[in-house]
Amino acid sequence: MTFHHTILDNGLHLVGEDIPQAQSVAFGFFVRAGARDETPEVNGVSHFLEHMVFKGTDKYSAEDVNRLFDEVGANYNASTSEEITMFYAAVLPEYLPETFAVQSAILFPALRESDFDTEKQVILEEIGMYDDQPTYVAYDHAMQQHFSGHPLGQTVLGSRESVGALTSTQMCDYHRARYAAGNIVLAVAGKFDWPTIIELANEHCGHWPAGGADRLVTPAITQPHRLWMTRPHLQQQTVVGFCPAPSSSDPRRFAAEVLSIIVGDDSNSRLFWEIVDSGDADAAEINFHEFEGTGAFLTFLSGEPEQTASNLAAIDRVFAAVNRDGVTVEELEVAKTKLATRLVLRAERPMGRLGQLGGDWLTRREYRSVETDLEELRSITVESMRSLLDHFPLTLQTVVGVGPNTAIEW
Amino acid sequence: MTSPSVRSTRLDNGLTVIVESLPEVQSTAFSLWVPAGSAYDPSGGSGMASVLCDWMTRGAGDRDNRAFSMALDRLGFQHTEQVSASQMSFGGVCLPEKLAGSMQLTGDMLRAPLLVDDEFEPSIASVMHELQAIEDEPRQKVMLELVRRCYPSPWNQPPEGSVKDVETLTPDAVRSHFTRTICPANAILGIAGRVTFEDAVTAARAAFDSWNTPAAPLLTAGPRGERFAHLHAEAQQTQIGLAFPAVAYRDPDYYAAWAAVSVLSGGMSSRLFTEVREKRGLVYSVYATLSTLRDSGAILCYAGTTNERAQETLDVMLAELARLRDGITPEELKRSQALAKSALVMQQESSSARAGAIARDWYHLGRVTSLDEVQQRIAALTPEQVVDYVKRFPLTEPTIVTIGPTALKT
Repeated sequence: MTFHHTILDNGLHLVGEDIPQAQSVAFGFFVRAGARDETPEVNGVSHFLEHMVFKGTDKYSAEDVNRLFDEVGANYNASTSEEITMFYAAVLPEYLPETFAVQSAILFPALRESDFDTEKQVILEEIGMYDDQPTYVAYDHAMQQHFSGHPLGQTVLGSRESVGALTSTQMCDYHRARYAAGNIVLAVAGKFDWPTIIELANEHCGHWPAGGADRLVTPAITQPHRLWMTRPHLQQQTVVGFCPAPSSSDPRRFAAEVLSIIVGDDSNSRLFWEIVDSGDADAAEINFHEFEGTGAFLTFLSGEPEQTASNLAAIDRVFAAVNRDGVTVEELEVAKTKLATRLVLRAERPMGRLGQLGGDWLTRREYRSVETDLEELRSITVESMRSLLDHFPLTLQTVVGVGPNTAIEW
Repeated sequence: MTSPSVRSTRLDNGLTVIVESLPEVQSTAFSLWVPAGSAYDPSGGSGMASVLCDWMTRGAGDRDNRAFSMALDRLGFQHTEQVSASQMSFGGVCLPEKLAGSMQLTGDMLRAPLLVDDEFEPSIASVMHELQAIEDEPRQKVMLELVRRCYPSPWNQPPEGSVKDVETLTPDAVRSHFTRTICPANAILGIAGRVTFEDAVTAARAAFDSWNTPAAPLLTAGPRGERFAHLHAEAQQTQIGLAFPAVAYRDPDYYAAWAAVSVLSGGMSSRLFTEVREKRGLVYSVYATLSTLRDSGAILCYAGTTNERAQETLDVMLAELARLRDGITPEELKRSQALAKSALVMQQESSSARAGAIARDWYHLGRVTSLDEVQQRIAALTPEQVVDYVKRFPLTEPTIVTIGPTALKT
């Protein structure tokens, strides 16, 4: 595997990692634009814009875009998070030039009014779809509560009201502000030849407007919150909890990932043995979420409404024990093996490498090979876990529940 | 596209072992299919296979539940166990040097699960949780209810069974179900990845040679459910499921059926996506997929949409589906062929995708179709063949299931 890096005259960063044995090539544009970059009036615009990109340009109609990707058999899509909008495609190497031409062109879409109105309906359907899924409802509201007053408290989809009121002019303004070459990274992984990538990028992206975009990174002051959203027709009670964790530039983020596995992996973790294996809960897991300037441990619990209080009490006990006593050498070794295997297996496919390659460069201007990550992982000790827990103890600070229960005390 | 080498052998106990060496990947995966799916559940004992499958993971050989889980994690073996109508499947992916150990543990689970009384209630609870989660996930529920109505019994029941039946299961009944159904006679083990045929077979022999139990009973087809159903639910969206009869995977017409579904729902330029989402903005999610049992198949379609627009969505879908018999364009078929080509090549980058695919081929065909052969058969299709197939299996007499506040006109 070889790493490549080039900067175009307009400031667009190109990064590549070739995987010689790969049979396909994956590329993606990573735009530093997400829900946290929006003002409350235009909440949801990053995600809506991601959809509008596929509606084409003056040269390509929406139907052209869909057809051209399908003609080359591209495996393509896009996603929007709190921090990044990414557009990716995986293709057979011989189809890279035409796929690249379309994908780069549509990053500067025409934003036609009629397309805008139709797609707004699709977004409202997407909001409705997630509104029927308790896990997403709990996640969105827990983010809103945990980061209230902070830009990270804005949901990715936005609300029916904010999306409903959005105009294409507002979207144009947002696009102009965020989609500048210096605010975008092109990442490529798999089977490719770097000079060809530079040539394609110069041809199709060289004329993009130069410049970057600011992001307000302020400290998140989080306070305890409780919110119970009563939905009597549901069978299960879903609970999402948040507490502070290392940020995406904090070296302790690797230890944080390991901690989430030891305490909250979906099998053979402390929470698993405490309440999932016994059948007391359907699921009890911890995920580590990293953002610029802050981070969060997400605790997820689902199960029978009447067992929620005792399960939350059990989670508190598990947290208190690990905060007090730290982790054992044995559980640390097992968690490291699990994580190392995941890193290696994910990296074997171009699409698996792409997300990390582009994300690392966009967030930290840093290249990390799989080997670098594995070394970092090996260097974690029970002492480094102790130090992590001293700064970021696991707690149920913010708690949001969705389900039949009205309020839960534990 | 070069076809990788596939070889097979049959162990004395009847277990078929199929190996595909993929020297370019970093991992090895295996998928063991045992003909012991939920279709083998006794009358009044639905959910039995699901409970058994969960119970089998709770300790085997000389390891109790916790020790067994720990042994799997020490290998970094990413394992899954799954129950479908026809099969109970076991397998996962690991680094190549961990294959023998991972397979050995899986062998223990199949040959000598502990099935201790103390672990029985948690297994029941686990399946009950899954049943409750389905009730809270209308998107999943509508497709299960559709299968109940378009396939014959006993292949049409949800693998998790019913609450009423699961509550009555006893440890002894499930133990005797284990003896009756978990046998090697018609089981299939697909192994794919960075491994030689010889090493793979040695590992399989070590793990499964001493697995010996009598052959499972044969099944006969019974009735289907009602063709039309509306299930009441308070929700933002109405869920729509449609099914039509289709050929099975083993049928010579299978690839024509595949192409028909691809024209409907293969890429973003496909008909359902274009007409229902892109032009009308009626949904976020709409698709059609080709599903197959050994002796029959079905085209299953889905859409989720705001209640007020559900009738229009259903009408547009039915019109689009019926229109398929009027013809498809050479360009539409060409796009489907391009999608198939790249999907086949990318499948070779994934050991787990290949392990599953070769086991599936063997189950349906008694041999493995090489990727070259699939590629050739798809490339040889003509629009006339596809339309001819659609005329013989027209998309005009649907089975329809809806979930939402109001029934639709069908």
